[in-house]
Amino acid sequence: MTRDHVLNVEGLTLGYGERTVIDRLDLLVPPGRVSAIVGANACGKSTLLRSMSRLLRPRTGQVLLDGEQVHRLPAKELARTLGLLPQAPTAPEGITVSDLVGRGRNPHQRLLSRWSAEDDAAVAAALEATDTVGLADRPVDELSGGQRQRVWIAMALAQQTDVLLLDEPTTYLDVSHQVEVLDLLTDLNRTRGTTIVMVLHDLNLAARYADHLVALADGRLHAAGEPHAVLTEENVRAVFGLDCSVITDPVSGRPLMLPIGRHHVAAPAH
Amino acid sequence: MLLVLAVLVLVALAANLMVGRTFYPPGDVVSVILGQDVAGASFTVGRLRLPRAVLALLVGLCFGLGGVTFQTMLRNPLASPDIIGISLGASAAAAFAIVTLQVDGPVVSALAITSGLGVAMLIYLLSFRDGVAGARLILVGIAVALMLESVISYLLEQAAAWDFQEATRWLAGSLNSAHWGDVVPTLVALVVLGPVLLASGRHLDLLQLGDDTASALGVRVERTRVVAIVAAVGLVAFATAAAGPIAFVAFLSGPIAARLIGPGVSLLVPSALVGALLVLVADLAGQNAFDHRYPVGVVTGVLGAPYLIYLIVRSNRTGGSL
Amino acid sequence: MTALVAAAAASVTIGSRDVDWSDVVAALGGSSETLAEAAVTKRIPRTLLAVVVGGSLAVAGAVMQGVTRNPLADPGILGVNMGASLAVLVGIAWFGLTAPSTHIWVGIAGAGISAVFVYAVGSLGRSGATPLKLALAGTATSAAFASFITAVVLPRGDISDRFQSWRVGGVGGASFDTIVLAAPFFVAGLLVCLACARGLNSLALGDDVAAGLGERVAITRGAAAFGAVVLCGAATAIAGPISFVGLVVPHLFRMLTGVDHRWLLPLCALGGASLLTAADVVGRVVARPSEIDVGIITALIGAPFFIHVVRRQKLRAL
Repeated sequence: MTRDHVLNVEGLTLGYGERTVIDRLDLLVPPGRVSAIVGANACGKSTLLRSMSRLLRPRTGQVLLDGEQVHRLPAKELARTLGLLPQAPTAPEGITVSDLVGRGRNPHQRLLSRWSAEDDAAVAAALEATDTVGLADRPVDELSGGQRQRVWIAMALAQQTDVLLLDEPTTYLDVSHQVEVLDLLTDLNRTRGTTIVMVLHDLNLAARYADHLVALADGRLHAAGEPHAVLTEENVRAVFGLDCSVITDPVSGRPLMLPIGRHHVAAPAH
Repeated sequence: MLLVLAVLVLVALAANLMVGRTFYPPGDVVSVILGQDVAGASFTVGRLRLPRAVLALLVGLCFGLGGVTFQTMLRNPLASPDIIGISLGASAAAAFAIVTLQVDGPVVSALAITSGLGVAMLIYLLSFRDGVAGARLILVGIAVALMLESVISYLLEQAAAWDFQEATRWLAGSLNSAHWGDVVPTLVALVVLGPVLLASGRHLDLLQLGDDTASALGVRVERTRVVAIVAAVGLVAFATAAAGPIAFVAFLSGPIAARLIGPGVSLLVPSALVGALLVLVADLAGQNAFDHRYPVGVVTGVLGAPYLIYLIVRSNRTGGSL
Repeated sequence: MTALVAAAAASVTIGSRDVDWSDVVAALGGSSETLAEAAVTKRIPRTLLAVVVGGSLAVAGAVMQGVTRNPLADPGILGVNMGASLAVLVGIAWFGLTAPSTHIWVGIAGAGISAVFVYAVGSLGRSGATPLKLALAGTATSAAFASFITAVVLPRGDISDRFQSWRVGGVGGASFDTIVLAAPFFVAGLLVCLACARGLNSLALGDDVAAGLGERVAITRGAAAFGAVVLCGAATAIAGPISFVGLVVPHLFRMLTGVDHRWLLPLCALGGASLLTAADVVGRVVARPSEIDVGIITALIGAPFFIHVVRRQKLRAL
């Protein structure tokens, strides 16, 4: 079991150049749970995630990990606690799966240290957990989209962090691979207690797989809490400007959002 | 604007005839052109300056037209024949002819033209993979250019009698040895190939929308491209054979014309005129403005270099064309 | 390793004049009495220089490709050679530089400035430094530098000879003195590059992933680029412009042994040394009794290879 770390954001303002993307945001990531950040396009979801992993310096406010500002922590020390998988990462041409996963060990290695048995064990465990042992010697270029995403997650696992941030881990995947990846992350959370924060595009998948939903609108926190509390008809209208009907998903018991467009509406919605 | 450009070209042409170590008034120049005998002027203007100025005009037109064709076709202002190796193909052959075979005149021209076309064809074939993509063609061209450069430097190293200064002058592009024998083939090339390019101008503009879009609009993409390449390479190769690869003229004419004329108009004629203007003015300056007489290519090279860099910076920043 | 020893042996024995092994041994013992022994004493520094320069260029190429994440990065293509040439020329023409020791400093400075400049120009814009933009920026900058060189050289008959002899010097003009002079630069550059190997492995996964792995991206990139510029600047300063070694060798070893920089960089050092030494031997043999400059040989080998790399790339990646 991993140690629970507290990741929270206080009065965070982020922006690029003139543009402010996130405006005075406060947020507490529940330790040991799966959180999903949702919101319309360009509402600052990925920007927030980047800042939480130290990639983007805040204009004001701070990101705190166990009470320490992440932007002040030494890079490798932070990388042993908090891992990040960006959206659609690119692998160098010709790299093999085991080499790629092994690079996740970077924060655990010093300038002149050798590859250790511990590193080997971490890589093996990561391959095992993502069911990619059989792919270890294959070049990453040759894999399918779902396999490739599992390999990248394996790399993040080899990093052995207690907190894992993922930016749209299901982009470019078909529906079965999306479910496969999210199941894998859930396993990870349940067996190791890893705190997971991910940006997700699909509201219904987010509501099904996350314990905690964070809804952003125009760079501000609109709602946060358990899926039933956040995924409501009012919130969807406020955040996405979309009329919808929310029912209970017969499969998971979580809320399920059904959009109401201008056409193909069988019964009056209101 | 087109008219202004044409007038400027004529003024520059006239200036090149009048100005020199001795100044001849317009009246003398006109008399010489009309075939009358004017003491002194008949030789200086008629024998030296007139072929030189006419050749400058013609190679400028050729470079401008050939260059802008490539730039339009490959949707990239940096993809002119002098950057992607085609001018170098002609240069290498000319260097080979002069240094190794020790021939001159029409043989040099013929070899340069054949080689320019050959190199263009080689680049085209090497970059062909399910059709030719502009980006790949440019990169292959750059590689070929580097290879040809090393061939040229080998040829020059081998030439004991061939003085380094002289070689540098020729490779920079120079009008020093201009005579009527150079003018005629260049003129023929321009008269034959120029109209071909002008006729396919509209299709070339459509190619700028991308191969797929152009072909959806009814352009036969590969055919248009082959015709344009052959014609443009022909122009550049003839001009190179006559005057050496005058640096950056093919490259600069198009972008300058684009700035003068503005968007939405075919750039072929304007950039041909700009090319002519560049060569005429640069030669005038190179002959008269400094203590040392510089060949025209050095002047265009030094003037063109900063503009080239500015252009890369600007086109990258706007993000559109690269 | 074996290839390097073989190439070095060939380089010492084969040349415009063939010599026997006994002569080689005698020459190594310090003798220079016979003509053959004299030839060998000339060839030893030459071979050594080819080894050092080849290794440096290959490592510099591999590092540049890693730093820019760009398969076509090569000291020659990035305009580094012309930058070094122009800087040395300016030094000779206007600051009266004569000593080879100052050439190295000036050459490294010129190489560094032009590399930074080309990369900055090539990476402007939204899509960053694509291979196409970088190659074009390099070529255009080289062309611009070349015209400045011509403009400076033409009216100055007095300096053109000195400059020309430096420019086409190749590895033929090698002496132990120049090698000793440049040695600290090669050693320092190589050490910096090797120290960055693991950082380059992380950078290869993209800036965000590298940062997520605890890599200080800007520092690693800056240090690695600095090491590479020192290596190729010093190499250009003492051996003249040599292109494509930095392109061919890293690509070859990536195909053969994979993409881990901790292995790749040392292998490139050996491979580049072998390639340049072998190219020098070929240059001495094919045009007997004269010689072909090694830079010409590498361009003739390298350009087709470059085209091969371009053809293999997916178009999107250009």
